[in-house]
Amino acid sequence: MDWQALLLSIKLSVITTLILTPISILVARALAFNQFRGKAWVEALAMTPLILPPTVIGYYLLVGFGQQSWLGQTLQTVLGTPIVFHFSGLVLASLLVNIPFALQPIQRAFEAIPDDVRDAAACCGLNRWQSLWKVEIPLVWPGVLTAIVLCFSHVLGEFGVVLMIGGNIAGETKTLSIAIYDKVQAFDFDAAGIMSLILLIFAVCTLAFTTHLTKKIGVNRG
Amino acid sequence: MIRFRFVLFFLMLFAPTCFAQSIPTVAAAANVRFALDKIQQQFEQDTGKQVRISYGSSGQLMQQIKHGAPFEIFLSANIDYAQKIVDAKLAPPPAKIYAIGRLAIMHNKHVKLPLSNNLAYLKQELQQGKIQRFAIANPDHAPYGARAKDVLQAIGVWQQIQPKLLYGENVAQAAQFALSNASQGGIVALSLTKAKGFSEKADAVAIDAKLHPKLTQAMVLLNNASDTAKAFYAYLQSPKAQQTLLDFGFDLPK
Repeated sequence: MDWQALLLSIKLSVITTLILTPISILVARALAFNQFRGKAWVEALAMTPLILPPTVIGYYLLVGFGQQSWLGQTLQTVLGTPIVFHFSGLVLASLLVNIPFALQPIQRAFEAIPDDVRDAAACCGLNRWQSLWKVEIPLVWPGVLTAIVLCFSHVLGEFGVVLMIGGNIAGETKTLSIAIYDKVQAFDFDAAGIMSLILLIFAVCTLAFTTHLTKKIGVNRG
Repeated sequence: MIRFRFVLFFLMLFAPTCFAQSIPTVAAAANVRFALDKIQQQFEQDTGKQVRISYGSSGQLMQQIKHGAPFEIFLSANIDYAQKIVDAKLAPPPAKIYAIGRLAIMHNKHVKLPLSNNLAYLKQELQQGKIQRFAIANPDHAPYGARAKDVLQAIGVWQQIQPKLLYGENVAQAAQFALSNASQGGIVALSLTKAKGFSEKADAVAIDAKLHPKLTQAMVLLNNASDTAKAFYAYLQSPKAQQTLLDFGFDLPK
């Protein structure tokens, strides 16, 4: 069992979810309540990672941020570390890949809020931030929770993009799914089996937990 | 209190990475996996210093180094890829030959077909339709795959066997495919067949070295190498490490 890889995967999931959730709440709200030209294109772009193979995203990141590109070289001089084959590159990749998983459930939840409720909040003298914090967030909470769980578990299992830009470095870019792949190549099926089982149990548990929690929230409100 | 626990949790998350960054990373061709794991263990015991190793196909590792992967030593399965790193001014010359690789033909114990060092039976088995799936490493970027292709061409079965081939991303994955009883074996690195527990699952025979161009395996110390990496590079050339390479079926450069 590769604890270092498990810890690294959890760390990547936590950071990705922490960055993506607040941004998604703001963007999802803007998309849900505003009509503007080109909105369909923005929504399509945000959905693209869902159907684009992660290897394609990995390829663009590798070519775009690698040391052979001017962008990669500039970033390396500014930040002092390369983006690809580095943990920060995995964070960047996970953020991109998970945009639809974070955005979709939250946007649907915002869209489900009746206009009356928001009008009432405005009539009560709440400004936009107060309305968001006191009225809308409590209403979209199940959507946010779904987004968090989807993001977290999806990052935990991410493989293609990590393989492309990670380089399988222990403690740095060797996530749990990469460690499983690596163990199989080392003929160590026992270790691979245990790690796979952990991911499987985790996946089932989180989904059961979310379903339960979402229902509970629904019941409380009803 | 809750905030304090939160901070502690994050410190815990970040601690391993900060610590890990001082350990140099070695990029190594998949064929040296088990030998190098042992040499790494011996190195850590003898010197108290640590290295970590990432395995892959030589061609892919070379690409990763060119794209800026933070490796400090590169052990290639041939001399060409190591030389390309030198040519790209990412490592000082010369590329140092550390071993001569050997190929092996292998299959799962459940596959009841004969094995021989000159692949005498393979043509016959192909014609009789006994070979459905046969694994080699991808010849495009894995040197052992390229040499396996040379062997199959040398014995004149390349045309017939091509539709049956399973390509491993590197030679370790090819061995993993060949180990499965869903395939009728494959051509892999001899060194992988010397892994612990391997002989219980599969049969393997070293292939006559005359059937393919020599697998001259070379390594380079990259420009950014730390002192620990330099020590490991020197250790790889020590008699003890060379003995381990011999144990795993490699020949040594003269």
